[in-house]
Amino acid sequence: MADNMNKFKNLIAALLFAPALALAAGADVKLDRAPIDETDQASLQRGARHFVNYCLNCHSANYMRYNRLKDIGLTDQQILDNLVFTGVKVGDLMRVAMDANEAREWFGAAPPDLTVIARSRASHAGSGADWLYSYLRGFYRDAERPSGWNNTVYPNVGMPHVLWELQGEQVLAERKVQGAGFERTEMALKLDKPGKLSPVEYDRMVADLVNYMVFMGEPVRNDRKTIGMFVLLALGLLFVLAYALKKEYWKDVH
Amino acid sequence: MSDKDTDQGKRQFLVAATTVAGGVAAGAAAVPFVASMMPSERAKAAGAPVEVDVSALAPGERITVEWRGKPVWVVRRTKEMLETIRANDANVADPESKKPMQPPYAANATRAIKDEFLVVVGICTHLGCSPVDKFAKQAEAFDPNWQGGFYCPCHGSLFDLAGRVYKNRPAPDNLVVPPHTYLSDTRILIGEDSKGA
Amino acid sequence: MAATPKEPVQFRGAGPLNAPISGLLTWVDQRFPLMSLWRDHLSQYYAPKNFNFWYFFGSLAMLVLVIQIVTGIFLVMHYKPSAAEAFASVEYIMRDVPGGWFIRYMHSTGASAFFIVVYLHMFRGLMYGSYRQPRELIWIFGMLIYLCLMAEAFFGYLLPWGQMSFWGAQVIVNLFDALPVIGPDLSTWIRGDFVVSDATLNRFFAFHVIALPLVLLGLVAAHIMALHEVGSNNPDGVEIKKHKDEKGRPLDGIPFHPYYTVKDIVGVVVFLFLFFLVVFFMPEMGGYFLEFNNFIPADPLKTPPHIAPVWYFTPYYSILRAITEEFMLVLAIGVAAYVVLIWLTARDSRVKLAAAAIGLVVIVLMKGGPLALDAKVWGVVMMGAATLIFFLLPWLDRSPVKSIRYKGTLFRTALTVFVITFIVLGYYGVQVVTPVGTVISQIGTLLYFAFFLLMPWYSAMDKTKPEPDRVTM
Repeated sequence: MADNMNKFKNLIAALLFAPALALAAGADVKLDRAPIDETDQASLQRGARHFVNYCLNCHSANYMRYNRLKDIGLTDQQILDNLVFTGVKVGDLMRVAMDANEAREWFGAAPPDLTVIARSRASHAGSGADWLYSYLRGFYRDAERPSGWNNTVYPNVGMPHVLWELQGEQVLAERKVQGAGFERTEMALKLDKPGKLSPVEYDRMVADLVNYMVFMGEPVRNDRKTIGMFVLLALGLLFVLAYALKKEYWKDVH
Repeated sequence: MSDKDTDQGKRQFLVAATTVAGGVAAGAAAVPFVASMMPSERAKAAGAPVEVDVSALAPGERITVEWRGKPVWVVRRTKEMLETIRANDANVADPESKKPMQPPYAANATRAIKDEFLVVVGICTHLGCSPVDKFAKQAEAFDPNWQGGFYCPCHGSLFDLAGRVYKNRPAPDNLVVPPHTYLSDTRILIGEDSKGA
Repeated sequence: MAATPKEPVQFRGAGPLNAPISGLLTWVDQRFPLMSLWRDHLSQYYAPKNFNFWYFFGSLAMLVLVIQIVTGIFLVMHYKPSAAEAFASVEYIMRDVPGGWFIRYMHSTGASAFFIVVYLHMFRGLMYGSYRQPRELIWIFGMLIYLCLMAEAFFGYLLPWGQMSFWGAQVIVNLFDALPVIGPDLSTWIRGDFVVSDATLNRFFAFHVIALPLVLLGLVAAHIMALHEVGSNNPDGVEIKKHKDEKGRPLDGIPFHPYYTVKDIVGVVVFLFLFFLVVFFMPEMGGYFLEFNNFIPADPLKTPPHIAPVWYFTPYYSILRAITEEFMLVLAIGVAAYVVLIWLTARDSRVKLAAAAIGLVVIVLMKGGPLALDAKVWGVVMMGAATLIFFLLPWLDRSPVKSIRYKGTLFRTALTVFVITFIVLGYYGVQVVTPVGTVISQIGTLLYFAFFLLMPWYSAMDKTKPEPDRVTM
């Protein structure tokens, strides 16, 4: 644990003094494990609503169709009533109205498509879900950034903290760490101004959102595992037969 | 390697059992490959039901909407037009719409849910050309006693104002009535039967 | 074709069906050599009866080839080989095409499975001396298949048009840049553009789906025809054709069908179990079969912080990265020592002179001041040499016995070290470059080449055990 904290401290130092270094060390960030359950349909449905409300204004999910949300227990009508802007059909892709060139002007880079973001953010430091969960909880006030925000997981990110009214404002502050026989200070996130949600509520909300994004990255995931069980079972049966057949014929040889 | 002490019965059983089990497994494995050639979600989304507003359609006029890449005609039939249909039974091949070229709710004299509106796929049942309107009741080169309807320029098939095919023409069947339903008096949803039907 | 006398083939089956089926078979056989093909390659192809676990991988490689071809055909029905659409079309397959995800995961898992199976198949050949006389051509065809497979994998890896696809292709094509004189033009010609682009994607697609599969199938046919001409080797490395019964059938042979068909079916089922375990439960295989960065669309302006090739290329990639300017001195000394070794041990003076002359040229090109080529070129050359050197194996092994079972400590140690080296090089090929990693890769590179280049000496000096006359079970 102390070791991890140390890494974190190093990262913060690098972040403050040499942004380029911080990027290279990105893989070393300690990621929080995302508390998600991909079979929890209620969580997935809440996450889908958060995604449509907060993410889809700037980010597209160009490979995801609205009616795929039927996989998380919604009906066509529910999708149309709650999640879709007028004029969009239920079989349409989750496109975004924002123009990519304008976006580049505003944020320095076009907001990436988020359909498979959860898959692409996986690394040996943790799953894509862990990364997203840590990232969405890692924004802090930084006056030196054009957006006014910085992030511990993705240093100098172009994206502002869209959910700040919910989470409140975090700052990086010195914190004393006391252990057996040592004491040191390090930089850590601290909630400066509370938001509309309590920290627990905010974490829950981000977890739901991340859960949905993991689902969106590979909607077939749960089905694939179910089918897989049957396939392996069938192959197991086939093995018994094939092995008996082989034994029977090889009596001649042995 | 002699057949002396081998149990041929057991061998044959095991060969048969493994073959059958392997065959079933191979068949199951083939399912996703065959399925992958069916219309994808994208094709289904593109082929989703289409809504038409017919409030502005004048009597005796026709509009075309695209559904699944095919022209679907909506004709607002006048009283006179509907009368010609009733008088035309002797000329057409399947006057009572016995062949399943329409959903059950359109298997009636006018081949429509409401007599006023004819909804048909505008593709000749012969070889897939799109027939043209010949709504006027007048002598035509192809039929001196023409009652009004559709004429297919490719091979001369004729259809009356209910989309019923004339006898002795290349096309074998009446024009197809797609599944459709009325969302209100003037809004038709093409591509879907009414809810609960 | 076969020396064995032909016996009428008997088809056993359900009674009443027998007559019409054998009638049809006779009709076909009068017009097409169906039964003699059946006899020569299955029912009267005599394989040694002592095949062990390691002999599954040939037929498994064949199975994977079929999987890749069939899944590939169905993927091509939906994939769009254009820079603008490729990435989206892969996601389209994964989401919108019914069963598309299954077909795609089979294909991506199949690529890695192919290399696993082929590496084990090659290791089998190394262990039991399957490359030795009279099977040199089988080995050469096999190595050509391996090269072809690497090319096929490389071209195919560009097609998803993700970041790893793009930058992997960029780095590998740029290797050709290193070649003197023609290099830059050659790499531009390969790409058809100044960067990896739509043109590159389109031609890689053509190679991946048409050109190389055709070559691959031809080579596989040649590999099997050569095998069935001379007969299979076995774990004892003794020729079963030495002892035949009065009908001319090898005493230690059994007909491939039914004995090895039923045995291979067991192998196939076990393989498929593991294969589908990956397909259904871990298709990304922790980022080794499907790399995480490849879920980001290709961006020619942004290199991912860490690029590594897919795992099956990494031993060679390690060798490429091991060749640094400082390491050239070590290599030059190595070449010089090798020339001295040949000079001291060769009997033929022409060999001595040839070795000295070639060695001198190589050393000059390595460290000869203005005449030397830079380390980048040598990296590419060494990487190429590492794959091509396998071809020489039949002529490097001077051991009186084929199989590892009867070879001595020297060869066993050498093979063990080689396998460890291969794995260690593979491991460092996926890691970020570190000074320690570089030194280990350099030692690995030396050991890799030493295994082959020193084989004529250590295999001849080795204390072997006498081979048995007949195979042991």
